[in-house]
Amino acid sequence: MKTSEEVLANNLKSSNEILKINHLRTSFRIKDSYYDAVDDVSLSLKENEVLAIVGESGCGKSTLATSIVGLHNPLNTKVTGEILYNGSNIVKLKEDDLNKIRGNDIGFIFQDPLSALNPLMRIGDQIEESLFFHTKLDEQQRKKRVLELLDQVGIINPKRVARQFSHQLSGGMRQRVMIAIAIACKPKIMIADEPTTALDVTIQAQILDLLLDLQAETNAGIILITHDLGVVAEVADRVAVMYAGQIIEIASVQELFNNPKHPYTRSLLNSIPQVERESEKLEVIQGIVPTLTKLSKHGCRFSPRIPWIDESKHEKEPQLHEISPGHFVRCTCWKNFHFDGEKGGSHL
Amino acid sequence: MSSFMEVKDLCVHYPIRGGFFNTVIDHVYAVDGVSMEFEKGKTYGLVGESGSGKSTTGKAIIGLEKITSGKIIYEGEDVTHQRRKRDSAYNRDIQMIFQDSQSSMNPRKRVLDIIAEPIRNFMNMTVQEERKRIIELLEIVGMSEEAMYKYPHQFSGGQRQRLGIARAVACNPKMIIADEPVSALDLSVQAQVLNFMKDIQNEYGLSYLFISHDLGVVRHMCDHISIMYKGRFVETGSKNEIFKDPRHIYTKRLLSAIPNIAPESRLERKHKRRQVEVDYKKEQHKYYDEDGKVYPLSSVSSNHSVAIGSIEKGGYESVENNS
Repeated sequence: MKTSEEVLANNLKSSNEILKINHLRTSFRIKDSYYDAVDDVSLSLKENEVLAIVGESGCGKSTLATSIVGLHNPLNTKVTGEILYNGSNIVKLKEDDLNKIRGNDIGFIFQDPLSALNPLMRIGDQIEESLFFHTKLDEQQRKKRVLELLDQVGIINPKRVARQFSHQLSGGMRQRVMIAIAIACKPKIMIADEPTTALDVTIQAQILDLLLDLQAETNAGIILITHDLGVVAEVADRVAVMYAGQIIEIASVQELFNNPKHPYTRSLLNSIPQVERESEKLEVIQGIVPTLTKLSKHGCRFSPRIPWIDESKHEKEPQLHEISPGHFVRCTCWKNFHFDGEKGGSHL
Repeated sequence: MSSFMEVKDLCVHYPIRGGFFNTVIDHVYAVDGVSMEFEKGKTYGLVGESGSGKSTTGKAIIGLEKITSGKIIYEGEDVTHQRRKRDSAYNRDIQMIFQDSQSSMNPRKRVLDIIAEPIRNFMNMTVQEERKRIIELLEIVGMSEEAMYKYPHQFSGGQRQRLGIARAVACNPKMIIADEPVSALDLSVQAQVLNFMKDIQNEYGLSYLFISHDLGVVRHMCDHISIMYKGRFVETGSKNEIFKDPRHIYTKRLLSAIPNIAPESRLERKHKRRQVEVDYKKEQHKYYDEDGKVYPLSSVSSNHSVAIGSIEKGGYESVENNS
């Protein structure tokens, strides 16, 4: 278990970068042209860190995650840039080499366990599969390990569950099984794509606690993709906010929640129903997230949603600026952004 | 103020068939004795985990689900068996907003026809009047006139949800049952829809039955909250009573699991959550009877009732008058 000092000092302490993403660009082909769903994203993940990636739907969070493990069909997707893991660039790897990393060094937890699990395979066999490909354990040892794993993720009767099929389990149990598969080979990196979105709050709390406990054991780095800022505040060490394919703000979790800068981040935080502002109106962001095909290539992508800010206040080609150590904000428009009457400003 | 609508001891049981002759061998108690009262202009929250029967309650009240036993009294009249009659006032005055706006609208109908449907059913309007009313409704939900000739798929999720609201308010209802109206929406869109629901409530004096699993949203919207578990209420009371002074262990557990956007205090919350979880395991048996069912409600104060068995009840000063 992590103690409080450890958590708070986490982003200062561990400096071992295990994953480095440089200028990643993932483009999908729509008709005859390619559109960038992930546009020039650079990130790094350290050991024992939880990096949360937040944003609304359509901002490219999941595309970023699936790009890291190379799940895109090369026929209609172009991935360029670098994803450096253990000295090799994942983007350039062949399928065979990728398979050695996926499930072994990088575990992936999908949002919807019902469609991610094979309905025709017993739970035990599905967990065993990755052990079969990635370890030298014999069958007996594998079976034993499967039961250990199920026990580890808090399933009460591992022997029975190992013989069941995915439809026989509840949502929370299925998500636990997904996690068991992801951690089977003790990965260095875990990517969790909305792991608790489909679950009830009590189960959500259990699953998140479980993820952190497992992390404390294995020192893995976790990339947590979510749209729920509450979840982020509960578990993340560092947060990257994505908008329209770009990272627009990245900071430690305390910094992001206490001192958010980018208009998008501030508006998002202000649109959460909160106790102190029970009867007040919620902040609404004008407009919608632009679709891929309508994305403007130049200028600040958030500008259409804050039209009252003068064009000259935006950068021509917005870059990420480091405004305090570890806190990056894209574009300069945040300096001129205020809420109406600055009612939300005081407590933010 | 007195209530205009009352739900008395509502039960929805589904039979489980099996055995040799496919006879009824057992029942699923989806809703098992739920009573509620609704006042004008108030919002009632119904919270629970998935499978607790909250959606079934909503559907049973509006008449999309058969009621096994119990009564629904609307403006002094028993309407339990005429909920789906075309000409009944009940059917006009109680409307519903669905979770999934996509599947709740006919994809082959234009917005015009979708919104006009309740008007055509319940109001005698000429074509011109109907058109005027639709434009009015679209204006209320912040959409332009051109939207009339579009199809549901041409709108975004938030816009579709607002069209769903326009349809629900078309006949000036007294109450809207909103079944997870914002759980499929993004945060900023969610804020938009919630603001908007509050606006029309203030304007038309609507009541809402707000069904949700998101306690943050419920807290923002509701005056009165009921927490459901296995088809029964474990606790019901005003918003403040429930959040400030939860009595039932299940409520406490649910409240402790809500994520908060204050990262500084997350370790405290985690410890508290673990503590509540331990308490829950230890004291669970006191709060449920031998079959794992929730006890009947007993009132703690004039607007707060909790389902606590005889052992625990002694500890509280239980006031006998049920509000």
